[in-house]
Amino acid sequence: MSDLLTEPRPAAAPSMDNYLTHARGFWSWALTLDHKRIGVMYLVSIVASFFLGGLFAELIRTELIGPGRTIMGKDMYNQVFTLHGAVMVFLFIIPGIPAALGNFVLPIMLGAKDVAFPRLNLASYYLWIVGAVFFVFVLVLGGLDTGWTFYTPYSTTTDTRVVLAVTGAFILGFSSIFTGLNFIATIHMLRPPGMTWFRLPLFLWALYATALIQVLATPVLGITLFLVGVERLLGLGIFDPKLGGDPVLFQHFFWFYSHPAVYIMILPGMGIISEVISVFSRKHIFGYKFIAISSIAIALLGFLVWGHHMFTSGQSKLASVIFSALTFSVSIPSAIKVFNWLATMYKGSIALLTPMLYALTFIFLFGIGGLTGLFLGALATDVHLHDTYFIVAHFHYVMVGGTLSAFLAGIHYWWPKITGRMYSEFWGRIGALMVFVGFNLTFFPQFALGSRGMPRRYYDYGEMLGEHPEFYGYHFLSTLGSYLLGIALFLVMIYLIASLFNGHRAVANPWGGATLEWQCSSPPPHDNFPVQPHVGDPYAVRNFQYDPDVGGYVRVAQTAKPEHPLHPSAH
Amino acid sequence: MHDLILFAQSRGGYWLPPPDSSTAGDVDRVFYFILGVASFFFVLIVALMCLFVILYRRRPGVEAPGSASHNNLLEITWTIIPVILVVIMFYMGFTTYLDIRTSPRQAYDIRVVGQKWSWVFSYPNGHVAPELHVPVDRPVRLTMTSEDVIHSLFIPAFRVKMDLVPGRYTTTWFHPLRAGTYDLYCTEYCGTGHSDMLSKVVVHKPGEFETWLEQAANLLASMTPVEAGAELTRRNGCLTCHSTDGTAKVGPSFKGIYGQRHTFTNGTSAEVDDNYIRQSILEPMALIRQGYQPAMPTYKGRLKDQEITAIIEYIESLK
Ligand code: HEC
Ligand code: HEM
Ligand SMILES: [Cu+2]
Ligand SMILES: [Cu+2]
Repeated sequence: MSDLLTEPRPAAAPSMDNYLTHARGFWSWALTLDHKRIGVMYLVSIVASFFLGGLFAELIRTELIGPGRTIMGKDMYNQVFTLHGAVMVFLFIIPGIPAALGNFVLPIMLGAKDVAFPRLNLASYYLWIVGAVFFVFVLVLGGLDTGWTFYTPYSTTTDTRVVLAVTGAFILGFSSIFTGLNFIATIHMLRPPGMTWFRLPLFLWALYATALIQVLATPVLGITLFLVGVERLLGLGIFDPKLGGDPVLFQHFFWFYSHPAVYIMILPGMGIISEVISVFSRKHIFGYKFIAISSIAIALLGFLVWGHHMFTSGQSKLASVIFSALTFSVSIPSAIKVFNWLATMYKGSIALLTPMLYALTFIFLFGIGGLTGLFLGALATDVHLHDTYFIVAHFHYVMVGGTLSAFLAGIHYWWPKITGRMYSEFWGRIGALMVFVGFNLTFFPQFALGSRGMPRRYYDYGEMLGEHPEFYGYHFLSTLGSYLLGIALFLVMIYLIASLFNGHRAVANPWGGATLEWQCSSPPPHDNFPVQPHVGDPYAVRNFQYDPDVGGYVRVAQTAKPEHPLHPSAH
Repeated sequence: MHDLILFAQSRGGYWLPPPDSSTAGDVDRVFYFILGVASFFFVLIVALMCLFVILYRRRPGVEAPGSASHNNLLEITWTIIPVILVVIMFYMGFTTYLDIRTSPRQAYDIRVVGQKWSWVFSYPNGHVAPELHVPVDRPVRLTMTSEDVIHSLFIPAFRVKMDLVPGRYTTTWFHPLRAGTYDLYCTEYCGTGHSDMLSKVVVHKPGEFETWLEQAANLLASMTPVEAGAELTRRNGCLTCHSTDGTAKVGPSFKGIYGQRHTFTNGTSAEVDDNYIRQSILEPMALIRQGYQPAMPTYKGRLKDQEITAIIEYIESLK
C-alpha cells in the first residue's frame, strides 16, 4: 500500500478553539451540554463496561475450557454469565453506538450545532451512570443469577439481588428513551436548509429508526421489570403461578422489548457500515433509498416477531406459525442492505484501511449471524436448536460480529474527528486481523456444539462426554479463541490510547468523506460550524480529491462553490 | 487437531447427531435445506467481496471506474429471490413443526414432572422413575409440568424440546426408531443444578418394556423396605439435594440425622423421628432447618404411605 493511503500527512496544529480546548476543568465536562463532550463521556463509560463484560466472558470461557470445575463453583458461574449478559446488553451494546458515536456525530452530520434538547442529553448520560451504579451494587452485594432475561418464576423466587438489578435496568431504560427522543426531535427540527430527508446520511436514517424503537419499546421493558420488582416485594401474583400469575406472560412482555432491542443493537451498526463502505470504495452508495427505507422496515417489522423466542414455551401453535412467518419477513430488508453494500464496492477504488477492514469483517460475520437466523426462524429446526449453544453462537455473530465490528469500524473512522489524532494504521490492521481470527475461533465451534445438542447456560459438560466426546474439543477451541479475541481488543485499546499522545494530527477530511462532519476541523470547534455548511449529496465522494499539500481530501471545484473555508485545520 | 480426533469418535454427521425418531429425519431435511441455501449465499457474498477487493483495489493516481448508484431491476431481483427462498423455508419448517406438535391418538402416555434439579417420569401403572423408559414400537406422549421454576425437556437424538411450565401442562411426543439409550437434558436455565439436570431415555426392544415396567413397579414386593427406600430416594430426585455420606448439598445429608435434634429457622427444635421425616416430605415448608434454604418441593400426592414408610426406614438405616 502506498504512502498516500496509509500515512495521511501530519496536519498543522489544530485551530486554537476546538471542543476539547474550549473550556477546561472537571466541571466543564461534568456539566457540559455539548453533544460532543457527552458523546466522549459516553464512549469512555461504555468502553469501560465493555471491558468489565469482557472480563466476565473470559471467566466463563476459562471455566468451560475443560469438563468439571476449573476456576469457580456452579453458583458463581451462574452469576458470572448473568452479569456478562446484563453488562454487555444493558451497559454496552444498547447505548454503545447511538449514545457514544451517535451523540458525537449526529448533529455534525446533520449540520446542526447540537441536539434538540442538550439538557435531556446530559440527563440521559447521568441516568446511565446511576443505572451502572446499581449494577455495581448488584455485583458487590451478592450478585444476580437469573440470566439477563429475568425469566419468572425463577427471578421472583431466587434469593439474589433481583430488585436492585431490575431497578438498574429500569433506569437505564429511561436513559435510552431520552437519547431516542432527542435524536428524533433533532432530526425533525434541526435540519439546516438543503438537508432534505433523502439527503440524510444513512447513519442518520439508522439512528432515526433506532430511536423509534427506543422510544416505543423501552417503556414496555420498564413496566415489565417494574412488575417483577413489585411481585418480589409484595407477592402480587402477575407472573408467579403459585400466586395465580402466568410465567409465560413475562416472556411475551420481555421479548416485546428485547426483540426490537436486538435492532437497537444492530441498526446503528448497519448505518456505520453504509458510510464506511462508500467512503473507502470512493463510490456513491448504491441503492440509497432502499437502504434507508429498509432501516425503517426493520424497525417496524421488528416489533412483530417477539414470539420467535417462545416456540417451545407452550405458546399456541397458531402463534408460533404467525411469528415464524413474520420473522422471515425481517430477513429480507437485511439481505437488501448486504447486496447494496456489495454493489457499492463494485467498480470502486477500495482502500483496505482499518475502518474498511472492520466493515468487511462486519459483512462476513453478520452474514453468518443473519443466515444462521434462518435456522431459528424455521419452526422445526428452532425446536431442536433453541436454548443450545447454536443460539449463543448466532447472537454473538450478530452482536459481536455485527455490532462490535461496526462499532470498531466507527471508532476508527471517526477517531481522527473525535480526537484530532491519527492512530497507527499498522497496528490497526493487525488488530482487525486478530479480532477476525479470534472471533471466529471462539464462536464458530459453538454452532456445532449447539446443533449437536449442548444446552446453553451449562456450568459443566463432563457427564455428557459419554455420548458426545466431541464437546470437549469444541469448548477447548472456543476458549482459546476467546483469549486471542481478548488480547486483540486490548491491543486495539492500547494503540488508540497511544495515538492520543503520539499520533499525527488529523486533517479535516483524512478519508475523503462527503458527509458534513468532514467539513469541520478535526476536532470540531465548540459549536461545530462557524458558518452554515454546504449541504450536498452525502455520498458525492468523488467531489473530494486527495490533496498532497493538505495531506487529506478537499472539495474539488467542479461542484457548487463552498460557502466557507473548507479546511480550517490547514490554515 | 484435537478437535478433529474427538470429532472422529462422535456419531452422526458434522452438524447433527444421528436422527433416531420418526420426525427427526424431517427436521434434518429442513436443516440441510437451509444450510444449503445459507451456504450458497454466504459463499456468493464472500466471493464477490473478495473479488471486488482484489479487482478494484485502490491504486495511487487511479480514480474508481465507477458505476450507476441505483438500479431498480437489480433491487427487485435481490428482493424477490430471497423472498421465494424464505417462503419455502417457512413452509418446510411449519409443516414439520405441526407433525412434531401433533401427537398421534394411540400414543403411550407418560407424565413428567420437572423439579430443581431432577426429572420424575410417572407411568400409567403408578410407577415413577428418574429415567424415561419407552417402548420402541409405538409413539410416546409426554404430558409435563413443573414443581418450581420453568425447565425444558430436550432429547437431541429425537429433535424434540418443550418447556415444563409450573401451573400448566405442556405436551410433546416422539416415536423412537431404535432401541438404545439417549441423553436427555434440561435446556431452560433453572439455577444451581441446571447443568446436572440430565437424564437418560431408555428405549426398550419390542416386548421388553412391559416386563421392565412390571418388575420396576413391584418394588415394595420384591425388596426389603430399606432397599426400596434407597431406590425411592434415587427415583424421586431426593439425592440431587441430599447426600447419604454426610456431605451437605442443597439440603442436609440423610446420614445420621435420625434421632438427632434439629433447630429450625423459626426458633423451635425437634427430634428427627418418623413423624418429623414424614412431615418434611409432605409439608417441607412447615419447618426449615437452620442453615438451609426453603428449597424442597412437596411430595404430597406423589408418594404413597408405604413408600414414605420405606424411605423413613432407609434414612433410619443410614447411621
Ligand atoms: C430441591 C432440593 C430437594 C429435594 C429434591 C428434596 N429435598 Fe429434602 N430438603 C431440602 C432442603 C433444602 C432441606 C432443608 C430445609 C428444610 O428443612 O426444609 C430439606 C430437608 C429434608 C428433611 C429434613 C432433614 C433435616 O435434617 O431436618 C428430610 C427428611 C428430607 N428433606 C427428605 C427428603 C426426601 C425423602 C426427598 C425425596 C422424596 C427430598 N427430601 C427431596 C431439599 C430437597
Ligand atoms: C458485544 C459483546 C457481547 C455481548 C453483547 C454479549 C452478550 C451475551 C449475552 C446476552 C449472553 C447471554 C447470557 C445469558 O445467557 O444470560 C452471552 C453469553 C455468553 N457470552 Fe457473550 N457477549 C459479548 C461478548 C462476548 C465475548 C467477547 C465472549 C467470549 C470471549 C463471550 C462469551 C460468552 C459465552 C461463553 C456465553 C455463554 C454463557 C452460557 O450460556 O453459559 N461474549 N453473551
Ligand atoms: Cu428476537
Ligand atoms: Cu434447567
